[in-house]
Formats: sequence, structure tokens, C-alpha cells
Amino acid sequence: MTRFLMRLRGFLRKEALQIVRDPSSIVLALVMPMVLLVIFGYGVNLDAEYVPVAVVNDDHGVMSRDLVARFELSRNFHVYHARSMEQARQMIQLRDVDAIVRVQNDFSARLQGAATPPDQAPVQLIVNGIDANRARLIEGYVKNIAGTWTAVRIAYGQAAARQAVSVQQRIWFNEGAESRDFMIPGLITLIMTLTGILLTALVIAREWERGTMEAMLVTPLRKMDILLGKILPYYFLGMLGMGMSVVVGVAIFDVPFRGSFAALFLLSSLFMLASLGFGLFISAAIRIQFVAAQVSIVAGFLPAFFLSGLIFDLESTPTAIRVVSHIVPARYFVTISHTLFMAGDLWTVLLPNALVLAGMAIFFLALAFRKIAKRLE
Amino acid sequence: MSEQMEQHGAGSEVVLSAAGVVKEFPVKGKPPLRALDGVTLQAARGRVTGLVGADGAGKTTLIRIAAGLLAPTSGTVTLLGLDSVADSLEIQSRIGYMPQKFGLYQDLSVMENLALYADLRGVPMHERQQRYDRLLTMTDLSRYTTRRAGALSGGMKQKLGLACALVKSPEVLLLDEPTVGVDPVSRRELWKIVYELVERDQIGVFVSTAYLDEAERCSDVLVLHRGRLLAQGPPTRFTREMRGRVFLVAAANTMKPRQIYTRLAGSGGIVDVTIRSGRVRTVCEEPGDGPIRDSLNGAQAEINSADPTFEDAFMSLIPREPAPFRIEATASAVSQDRRGSVGVDNDMAVSTTSLYKMFGDFAAVKDLSFGVRHGEIFGLLGPNGAGKSTTFRMLCGLLPASSGEIRVAGQDLRRSRAKARLRLGYMAQQFSLYGQLNVLENLKFFGRVYGLVGKQLHRRIDWAFNEFGLGEWQDKAAFALPGGYKQRLAMAAALLHEPQILFLDEPTSGVDPFARREFWLRINGFAEQGVTVVVTTHFMEEAEYCDRMLIMSQGQTLAMGTPTVIRDLVRSAELPEPTMDDAFIGLAEGRVRPDSVASGERAGMMDGGRS
Repeated sequence: MTRFLMRLRGFLRKEALQIVRDPSSIVLALVMPMVLLVIFGYGVNLDAEYVPVAVVNDDHGVMSRDLVARFELSRNFHVYHARSMEQARQMIQLRDVDAIVRVQNDFSARLQGAATPPDQAPVQLIVNGIDANRARLIEGYVKNIAGTWTAVRIAYGQAAARQAVSVQQRIWFNEGAESRDFMIPGLITLIMTLTGILLTALVIAREWERGTMEAMLVTPLRKMDILLGKILPYYFLGMLGMGMSVVVGVAIFDVPFRGSFAALFLLSSLFMLASLGFGLFISAAIRIQFVAAQVSIVAGFLPAFFLSGLIFDLESTPTAIRVVSHIVPARYFVTISHTLFMAGDLWTVLLPNALVLAGMAIFFLALAFRKIAKRLE
Repeated sequence: MSEQMEQHGAGSEVVLSAAGVVKEFPVKGKPPLRALDGVTLQAARGRVTGLVGADGAGKTTLIRIAAGLLAPTSGTVTLLGLDSVADSLEIQSRIGYMPQKFGLYQDLSVMENLALYADLRGVPMHERQQRYDRLLTMTDLSRYTTRRAGALSGGMKQKLGLACALVKSPEVLLLDEPTVGVDPVSRRELWKIVYELVERDQIGVFVSTAYLDEAERCSDVLVLHRGRLLAQGPPTRFTREMRGRVFLVAAANTMKPRQIYTRLAGSGGIVDVTIRSGRVRTVCEEPGDGPIRDSLNGAQAEINSADPTFEDAFMSLIPREPAPFRIEATASAVSQDRRGSVGVDNDMAVSTTSLYKMFGDFAAVKDLSFGVRHGEIFGLLGPNGAGKSTTFRMLCGLLPASSGEIRVAGQDLRRSRAKARLRLGYMAQQFSLYGQLNVLENLKFFGRVYGLVGKQLHRRIDWAFNEFGLGEWQDKAAFALPGGYKQRLAMAAALLHEPQILFLDEPTSGVDPFARREFWLRINGFAEQGVTVVVTTHFMEEAEYCDRMLIMSQGQTLAMGTPTVIRDLVRSAELPEPTMDDAFIGLAEGRVRPDSVASGERAGMMDGGRS
């Protein structure tokens, strides 16, 4: 066995024993991703389900009752029947409901063309606009239900062909308009950023704090040994956590996975190495665990959170911020994971992002290598 | 390189040499801090070269430069003929180095730590078993190979650290304060191992130490002070120069040694005063006991000349700070009215009756009964892991006792913990100061915590400024204070609310000999004013300052009594003048039987709360 392999074996065995015996790295790499995934997966659901709405039906015809039944059957709404508009207004003021759907008394008549001019049979929608996003969602759902209902009626040849509510929606890739399918792959990116950076950021700082680094430095250990010895174990640990997150995403949250696992493994390895390299650079520069953790969050996790395009659409941000977002590795991996999960191995999309990630991984690892010192200063 | 070295004779071959080494550390917005200021020295193969000096003298910096961890600002350090900067990797494969924190992985077992360093140092596989066996036998760790390093006692950790540094037989061994915070038994064992190695393998050992008695065990001693080398030579040369300047002063009448000590400390013509073996050891500036007689001012005392030690030489060698500490007659640690409020129902300031503390099945403290009288300095001593800290925390009400009774300042600690706490001051081992707050803010905070406000608070802070010389430092952040001043501030904070009882947990660990002397002088002063002091320490010679002490081992009482009583336990024909260290080691090794301990306590001291 060469001296190099012997040193590396010693170092790797030490790291492995520490990982197994000090539960903090396992908690960080395996338990935390699961907890985050479950919390975000269930908690941060951008879809609105069972939105409480008050329905005021002033028209008592068969048609209007059929329309109201559509609302009752939809899982987007929970319908409360209000006897009058006055009562409905009270409900919305007390926040018992988020919207009012009012079917006017001439609804049936207009539909059948009895009224002049025989054009529209309007349904009034009043939405509590405090939460603008939710208001827009509700508006969309209501239009959707009205449209479907009209389409069915037309198909039966009951309603006038010229009716106004004809919202045509078509959503690609996320057919069910499930925000979860979009969120879970993005979350996996965020989780990998956090664990990848924290894992390495804390382990070297910990050695400085415990005084073991000083003893390590006065051995024939080379800089390359330290780099490899610190990257390899945490690469495996981080990838294990990533794999578990993907399994949980697909198995529990029913997120589709349309790409190949080989592509996922290859591309997430690049991203993991970039994160680990960044973490290693932080911990080589900062020798206090607490500060290293803070820097990891501020310089690693928050940019990934805000600038990866997962939470905020980068297309609608100011140019300056969009430019800055190009230096965030998570941005590229969010695109990659969305593509792999929802579209498949589209190499025209994957390849450019993969190249950028590879460049970043090399850059951060080189930076860490430079910063690892065999001296105390 | 190696050919060059082989030309030298084995005995006098220089393995480490420094030439004009200067090391500066940059300080933000200020001129750089000069840790080493032109140090030139040599250390030879087959010898133990000791580096002694106070805190901040530059010992660690020098050793780190030699190990290739730091680069000198100017000058060169050569190890085994190799330059410490250019050839650091080559040097690191040929030396052994033990840093202050030992460099052990707490989660790894004894054997795993050894295997790690064997891998890193490239010890061939076929040599390993033999090497491990020898190191484990030497360090007496053979029975603990599967135990995690984190679960070892301080002394065992230190020996394992040494074994790891020796796993590949080094040509030079660098030890940075290897015995800090380790009990005397372990210290003795470590030196034995080092000397075995030096004799068998003819390696060169370069060791820094804050323990002055250890300097005498070295073949050569280097005295470092503020980055400069003050003196170099075998220890005997240092002691020879001190002949006729060291005296033992014994009280002739009822005067306590402590009172003589207080009188002599800081007097003109006297360099150093300590209490040793019940007598006051005094070092004069010039040969002759004139200054002692002047200071005693006719008080009855017996003055005998004594053999000088390295410590005497060291203390007279180092230039002393101006304005030595004097106890002000007017300033008082505890005002008269507070002193009067002592509970009369109980004669003891602190007492425990059959105290137990269990952690699961493990009894950390077993059947402990003792009492501390008012105005007494009471020491709690024992090796690492003896249960000192556990006992201490129970006394302060920080940890509930499993069974038994504790009374502090007349209060039953089980029932009225808050009341008792108001009457006691506590100084924790780590000083527990707020690093970011300045001196004044720290004092204000601790004063308010104990309910001091307005004029009363100002009066006490003024007292602290005068008493501890903290006034000029009041705007300085606590973390930036020199070690000795941190200790002063911590003590001032513990005394602000005029407690009747002062608990001090290892107050002198990590503090240099000067600060330690000053500390004991101050503690003496407080005791004279009626404050009861309970103190733990692992410096056995400091036990001499205590009125009485309790020596613990494995959670049980090993011995209790005055310093004289404890020393008498090991007095024999071979050891007519035993020191505290001797007594401690005798007790710890079981050479003194428990029945003689009990009788010693009964004969030497009145009943101390035992029933």
C-alpha cells in the first residue's frame, strides 16, 4: 500500500467512524431532508382545496341548481348556502368564506334566451382580495367550473351556443396543475444545498474547535488528502439523503419521475460536489462552527431559496437580480430537477446546465483546496 | 541533510535550533503583536529541553513554528537540519507533536486513535502490533483499548495523546504544555514515559510547561519572557545563583502562616513569598534575611535558610510588574452589617451530611460529610474525575443531591435554595463573563442580577475598581482582557453582592504563576475579613494556603484536615519533609491506609461536621 492510500484510508475510516458515532451528521444528511420534505410537501401546498364559498342562488330553476351542484362536487370548494346577499356579505366579512358566488334571478331566463337581449347568463363572483394570490386562484377555479358546466350544457344542446364564459385552459407538464409536482423537485434542490454546504462547513470547523486539526496538520498529511478525506464521505452521505428524498417524493407525494436515474445520479453528483466544495471553502476559512453555520445559511441557502427560481419566478424579477441569480448553483439544478421529474432526459436543456454546474464544482473545490492550509495562519 | 547530521556525536548533536526568530501577529488598527522577539536557542538529541515562562511569553508560538504550523516573520528555525518553513512536510514525517488539546478524536476508541495516527504517519503494517503493544504498556492503557477517547480521564487522554505522537518513533518530540490540568500522579507518569524514551531511543524532547517544578526535571531550561529568552542552562545553574537568598519563616506563637505571608508579600527587598509545608517560603533580592526581619517588625518568627529551587530562581529572574498588590485596610469585601447576619443556629458556613450523587448506577459522590467554618479557606482536592466538580455544584445549588443534607449559610439547600444563593458568590471554572460586554457593563450586569441598584451598586463597583485595579480597564471588552485580569473581573463579579461564602472552581487553572500568587494573596485578605472560601484546585502546592482541605477520590473522602495533618500522613524515615504532592500521590496510590486518615483527621482537627 502506498503512503498516500494508507493516509487516505486512515482519514476516511476516521470520518466514517465519526459519522456513525456522532449522530449530528446523520441527522443533518438523512433526517433533516425527510423532515423538511414532509413539512414543505404537506405544508407548502400552493393549491387551494376546499375553499369556503357562499353561494347565493336567487334563481331557483333547474339549471342554476345544477350549476351550484357543480360547485358542491368540486374538491376546490366547500359550499355554504346563503339565503340572501346580505347574509353572504356578513359571512365574507367574518372571514367564514373567502368568496361569494351569486346566481342572479334571471339566470335561467337569460340562458334560454327569454330575456332581451338573449346574450349572457352572468354569475357574479365576489372574492376577498386580501390575499391576492388566493383570490386569483379562486377566480380561476370558478371560471373553470362555469366553463366546464357550459361546455356540458352545450354538448347536451341545452344552452344557447353563444355564451360568454368560455375559458380555455391548457396546462402542459403539470396537467393536474399540481403545484406539488413543481415544488418537490425544487425542494430536493434546496435540501441538497443546505445539507451539502452544512455537512462540510461544520466538520472542519469542528476539528478546529476541538483542537484535532492542529494535530492533523503536524502529520505527513497533504492538502489533497484532507480535501479527498473530507469530500468523499460526505458526498456519499449527501447522495444517500438525496436518494431518500427522491424516493419519498415519488412514493409518498406521487410526484412523477420521467427522466432516467442515471442522469439524475450524474447531474446531482455535480451539484452535490459544488455544494460540498462551497461548504469546505467556508469551513477552511472560518474556524468556528457557529459562524460557519451562519455563513452557510446566508451565503449558501438563502440565495438558493430566493434566486433559484423556485419560489420567485426569475422572469419577473428586475434585471440586476436576474443577473446575480446566474452565480447561484441551485438555479441550474432547479431547472435540471424540474426537467428530469416532469419532462424526462431532455439533453438540450440538461447539458448546458450540467456544464455550468461542473464548472462551479471545479471552481469551489479548487477554492477550497487553495484555502486548506498546512499552517495555522 | 542526514549525512551532515551523522558527522556530529550522538550525545551533543543539535536537533533543533532557532536563530533570531521574530514572530509578529497582525492586530487590526494597531501595531502588530510581537510574540517572539529575536529568540536564538538550541536543543540537543538525547536531552529534555524545557521551555518555561508565564502566559503570553511565546512558548506555544515557538513550538508551533518548530512544528511548521507557523512561519516566523524573520529568522529561521531548523529541525534535524531542515528548514521549518521550506521543508515542513519532511519535518512533519520525522517528528512527534502533541498540542495542548492532545489532538484526540473523542468519538474514536483508544485503538482507533492509534490506528489513525499510524495510517497518517505511514507506519508499516507488520511493525504495528509490536508498536501498539509497547505504547499501550508504557502508557498503561492496555485495558482500555476499546474505550472512546472522550470517556477517558484527563490523565489518560494526555497519555493517549502522547502515544499517538509516538506511534512512529520520532526523532524529535515536541510537547506543548503536556501536563496542564492534569493531576500530579498523571504528571509524574508522563515524565517517566518521556525519560524512558529519551534514554532508550536517544530522541530530543522539546517541552513547554507552566509548572515550574517540572523545569527541574529537564536537562536544559530556557526561560522565555515576553518573547525574549532571558536565560538558558541546566536547572542546577539557576539554583546555584540563588544560594543564601531563600528562607523558611515559621510562626513561633499563635500566628498563622497566612498572617506572616500577608505581611511579607510585596515588601521591599522581597521577590517572592509562598506558603510551603506550613512555612512561609521567602525569596530575597540579595543574599541575607534582612528584609524579612524588617517586614516582620519584631513579630515572633523562626527564620531558617532553605535550599533554592528552580521556581525561586524563576521568580527572581522575571521582572515584576510595578505596584504589587496590597490589601487596603479601608476597603472591605464584606461590610460589617452583612457579616453580622450570619446564622447563629449553625456554627458551620457550609456543611454536608452523608451526601450522595448518583448518575444512573454510577455514584459520583458517595457518603460525603464535611463542614466548613466561618472565615475558613477550605480546599476541595482530588484527581480528575474524583467528584470535586459534582460536589461543588451541589454545594452551590446547581445540581440536586441524590440524598443527604446540605446546609449553606444556615439554609437548607433543599428547601431555600434562592435564599442561600443570595449569600454565596460563585466563580465558575470558565470565569463565565460576557466577552462582548466591557468590564463596567459586566460588573453592572452581575450586580443587578443580585439585586444591587443605584448608590449601592455604584459603591460596590467603585470597590471592585479599587480592590482589583480594574478601573483603567473599565471600557475594555472582557474577552480582550489578559488572563489574569479576566480572573480578577470574574472574582469581582462574584463578590459584588457581598457574599458570606465564596465558591471558586479551579480559579487558577490556566493562569500563570504571577497571577496565581496574586490570587492567593487576595483570597487570604478576604478570609481575614471574614469571608468563607471554598476552593477547588489541582495545584497541590496551593493546598498549603487552605486552612483545611478535603481530598477526594472516586467520589469518596480520602483524607481531611489541615495541611500539616495531610502531610504527616506520608511522613516517614525516607521522606522526612513531605510536600503536598507527595501526600497526594501517597493517598492516591493507596499507600496510606484509610484508618490512619480518619485518625489523622480526629487528632489534627476538630470535628468538621462529621457525625
